[in-house]
Amino acid sequence: MTKPIISIRNVTKRYPGVVAVDNVSFDIMPNEFFALLGPSGCGKTTLLRMIAGLETSGTGDIIVDDQNMEGVPANQRPVNMVFQSYAVFPHMTVRDNVAYGLKVTGVAAAERAPRVEEALEMVQLGSMADRKPDQLSGGQRQRVALARALVKRPKVLLLDEPLSALDAKLREHMQLELARLQQVIGITFIIVTHDQDEALSMADRIAVMEKGGVRQIAGPEELYEKPHSRFVADFIGKINLIDATVSGVSKSGVTCKAKGLGEVIVPHDGEASGNVSLAVRPEKLVLSAEPPASGSDISARGVIRDVAYYGDVSNVFVTCSDGLELAVNVQNDRAAAGLLENGREVYASWHPSDTLILQE
Amino acid sequence: MESWKQNKAVFWVTALPGVVWLLLFFLIPLALIWGMSFGEKTSIVDIEITGTLANYLRSFEAVYVKIIWKSIWISVISTAVCLAIAYPIAFGICFSPARWRPLLLLLVILPFWINLLIRTYALIAVFRTRGTLNFTLEWLWDLAFLDKLVGPYQPLELLYNNGAVIVGMVYVFMPFMVLPLYATIERLDRSYLEASLDLGASQWRTFFSVTVPLTMPGIVSGIILVFIPMLGMFLVPDLLGGTNAIMIGNVITDQFKAANDWPFGAALSFLLMYVTFAALAVRAFIGSRMKGGVGV
Repeated sequence: MTKPIISIRNVTKRYPGVVAVDNVSFDIMPNEFFALLGPSGCGKTTLLRMIAGLETSGTGDIIVDDQNMEGVPANQRPVNMVFQSYAVFPHMTVRDNVAYGLKVTGVAAAERAPRVEEALEMVQLGSMADRKPDQLSGGQRQRVALARALVKRPKVLLLDEPLSALDAKLREHMQLELARLQQVIGITFIIVTHDQDEALSMADRIAVMEKGGVRQIAGPEELYEKPHSRFVADFIGKINLIDATVSGVSKSGVTCKAKGLGEVIVPHDGEASGNVSLAVRPEKLVLSAEPPASGSDISARGVIRDVAYYGDVSNVFVTCSDGLELAVNVQNDRAAAGLLENGREVYASWHPSDTLILQE
Repeated sequence: MESWKQNKAVFWVTALPGVVWLLLFFLIPLALIWGMSFGEKTSIVDIEITGTLANYLRSFEAVYVKIIWKSIWISVISTAVCLAIAYPIAFGICFSPARWRPLLLLLVILPFWINLLIRTYALIAVFRTRGTLNFTLEWLWDLAFLDKLVGPYQPLELLYNNGAVIVGMVYVFMPFMVLPLYATIERLDRSYLEASLDLGASQWRTFFSVTVPLTMPGIVSGIILVFIPMLGMFLVPDLLGGTNAIMIGNVITDQFKAANDWPFGAALSFLLMYVTFAALAVRAFIGSRMKGGVGV
């Protein structure tokens, strides 16, 4: 087993009146693309800044490449950061910005020049080296910030919401670009984001944070398919959460009484008791005019309340009995034609194994 | 900015009081003095504008050039000292807790609430031979038994020299330096400083390579706000400088009052203004080069 490049051990950071980071521990492996994901105020940026050494006076240990960072100031840590605002120095040219980190640490000019050119080429800014930042677009400024951090050859690159200021198209492009860069350079990237699509598409592993704590750490697929809690299920993608009460556990699964569905049997590995949530992704649901042929499917009869058309798919909201609201993702193929009308009576059904039981 | 064209009446009504004020109390008097600088005294009260350059030529006599030169270097030193003291103050206020900031700024502005003359006399009370500072030093001297070992304390001659003028000017103009610096430092995005540290720069390096260049507009404004009025200052050198620390401001006041030579006073005043205009032009030139320059 390889040794982790970063170990976070019982890290806590308090501000007056709030716990920003609450006893967090996890490891990040070399060459990993790791995402810290969570809503604003969950402590993800604080944790990143603690790794960078910009936020001090926390407790616990941050170990980077076997070296405890306790008491090591920001300017001596083997990590570099891409700031949310990019913080590209406006009074320096692109080249001077990239060279800055080498200059201040005494790298000789002869060594500096080729490294700067190499970093600029890496982010495709070679032709803009003599421009000032105010002559660059937002995307280009971000590339400068990237090159400026990468030229230092850090062991870990920290990215604080790097794509949040870019428009949707550029953001998508930069997501691929960052993933490519990370593969080419082969160092660890830690990205902070509140955008789940960003985390899912780029990261090898994601830590979902809420109120200063880590709720779940897993790969994108596992996080999406097997969330451990209501919070994670709800935060990652869209999901239907149905209140239910467990009435029995048997070999074939957990029997529960669910709101609007009556008695259902759901396959489940772990423990389950009392009040739970049944969680099912909207794309697992199927809409049909007739009751489903397979008797084992969970199904609910309801009325289409709203159809949101997105071109390739439609989000359909179905109101069922007992106040149960279900969101259904429907591919806009021939089968869906004619079915998706407001007020139409439909059956929403899905396979029991697509259902997750989330303990409250 | 186009809207004033559509609403000319409103534009003129709002602009008129200011224009009239500037015309009556600034431009016309200035023009009178400017005209006078090319004039000659014909009697004790009469001045005839003859277009003569004699007043300006007289300004270049060695005695006046020496005083102008002295005014410039005293102002340069005072401005530099002002900047060196004001920058940490402004920085400290910006980085202090938000609820302390209004109070700290108030402390900087507070001296404005007291008449300049009174404040300057207070400085005399502090610095004279039998003043607060000398008494304090004497007390410390005795406390360290230096009076037994070395001999009795000799009071320091702190007043009526160039040093006293510099101290007085720095004291008077400090707020004009702190406020523009505060305004720019406060707007400075701290992530620039963090980025510099993150890239491996020391605190000092960050200060000189990032903080100072990025707060240059505030530094320049502060220097202009402080240097120009220092150049023409007459009250402080008059009170603290005695006879041997005379500055150009004192010479000008003397021409208008004791010497009753308004044309020469006018010429000296405008000489000072030409110097100021030249300094502002240089600054504007540097400013435009810094902004527009691609790989200068």
